Amino acid sequence: MQRTTIKQVMSKRQWLGALGAIALFTGGCMSMMKGVPSDLDYSTARATENGAFRLSYKTDPALIPISKLHQWTIHLETPEGKPIDGATITVDGDMPQHGHGLPTRPEVTQNLGNGDYRVEGMKFQMGGWWIVNFGITADGKRDQATFNLMLK
Amino acid sequence: MNKPLRRLLLLTVAAATPLLAACPAWQPDAWTPEEKEALKSLWIGNLASPPPNPSNRYAQNSEASALGHKLFFDRRLSRNGNVSCATCHQPEKNFTDGLPLAQGIGTTSRKTMTVVGTAYSQWQFWDGRKDSLWSQALGPLENPLEHGTNRMQVVRLAATAYGSEYEALFGPLPDLSDTSRFPEAAGPVEDPTAKANWAQMRAEDRDAVTRAFANLGKAIEAYERKLVPGASRFDQYVQALQRDDREAMRGALSEDEVQGLRLFVGKAQCITCHSGPLFTNNEFHNTGVPARSELSADTGRAQGALQVLADEFNAKSPFSDTQQSADQAHLRFLKTGDHQNLRAFKPPSLRNVARSAPYMHAGQFDTLQQVIAHYEQAPKAPQGHSELTPLHLSSKERDQLERFLRALDGPLSTPAELLAAPQG
Repeated sequence: MQRTTIKQVMSKRQWLGALGAIALFTGGCMSMMKGVPSDLDYSTARATENGAFRLSYKTDPALIPISKLHQWTIHLETPEGKPIDGATITVDGDMPQHGHGLPTRPEVTQNLGNGDYRVEGMKFQMGGWWIVNFGITADGKRDQATFNLMLK
Repeated sequence: MNKPLRRLLLLTVAAATPLLAACPAWQPDAWTPEEKEALKSLWIGNLASPPPNPSNRYAQNSEASALGHKLFFDRRLSRNGNVSCATCHQPEKNFTDGLPLAQGIGTTSRKTMTVVGTAYSQWQFWDGRKDSLWSQALGPLENPLEHGTNRMQVVRLAATAYGSEYEALFGPLPDLSDTSRFPEAAGPVEDPTAKANWAQMRAEDRDAVTRAFANLGKAIEAYERKLVPGASRFDQYVQALQRDDREAMRGALSEDEVQGLRLFVGKAQCITCHSGPLFTNNEFHNTGVPARSELSADTGRAQGALQVLADEFNAKSPFSDTQQSADQAHLRFLKTGDHQNLRAFKPPSLRNVARSAPYMHAGQFDTLQQVIAHYEQAPKAPQGHSELTPLHLSSKERDQLERFLRALDGPLSTPAELLAAPQG
């Protein structure tokens, strides 16, 4: 076979056909992230939705285990950074893509002082995109914060 | 093939080559770091010993395991002298029975689950209505459709057949010779005579019998904890992958099986629930499995979660060997009354799945092919909400997935003498 350049032998239609075939072939190479918004904020510290508080979290162990009960410590402060004790805090989690939440009902079990609170009963039964929501009532204000997690 | 078409094909391949190099799916044994991580998470090399069970202080006791082994195969632990644990949990069928619905004295409404690897799970049964293997073992004994006996008769048999072994482990058995205090048959069961006898016993006598009954469950757990899966060809493949030994990888899994594995951790998303070295997350999911028309509605975990909290043998009960709050946290924080539990069932381990047919909680599917077709179609759930979405797999991909599942077959890493009735 004589060597020819691609340009010589390919019409526009053939190019389109080739591209279609490539797309088909590489369709098998899919990311596990399908359907997850690409601009999610995975930070572990944030202002609450209406700006009433700042909230951050740490997990124990640091790498969140799947299908295992574990604890979180959350830290609550004013927007100026002053720790808040004595708040009432609710916890819930959800998997937006799967239509279910946690298999547990986690609770804030202890106010540790200095704006820190212990959360017990955290358990994620699957890897993937999770949201964890905290509802906070303190200093006569109510607000909430939602964190995104990508678990493996 | 006509000329333009041949050209198209050639050029497609030429143009796609750099793209394909970036996509491991088209180099059978090439995996991204993320995929390698996923494969390693399923590898049996990451299966540690079963976690301790604080509610059973005899869980690791070898004498208790020897007694449990005998009890597991003892048919006298039944109303008709014909049903043992091994009737449904047959070693040669991966400790299942090949039936759609378990059959003891009668026919139950669920398929027999394997006992292999269940010591790793916080929850037992399809609906998780028990929170330990020892409490699980006690349920079928008093179930009229399974062993159909009662705790008094079980403890009587233990006293006559295993008295010295029992007492060496657990201390003195109650003296059952006074039949006015300890009737022949008694227990909180359906049988009206045994039930009436149980109701008229003294509370402390009932407690003594129940405690002995619970101890026998603890011995059965000590035996069942030794039923652990062993390596399959899949595990050989992952081991070879870790040292990048291409030849050993090709020797472990065929190209189709590798593609099936790729689907398992990728496009088909099986790993979402069938995760970890046992290929199960031991939690509960509604996958829209069809209902059996002859059975009443099965709400699965919705009922199971309520039952485990009320169970007389759970980790919070007086028969548990721990009263530490950390050992009871699984009950304290359990979610009940939630829509997501409705018709949710525990994903079984997929190890030795080819030997565990039929499939699903009531044996709805005879073959793996049917199971995969179900996941492919993702039908609406009879009750509650199915977590599945249609997979769009080609028939070749469905076949590859099945071939991979069959490669999860392997001998148990359990001493051979424990896989049959004890000798002597």
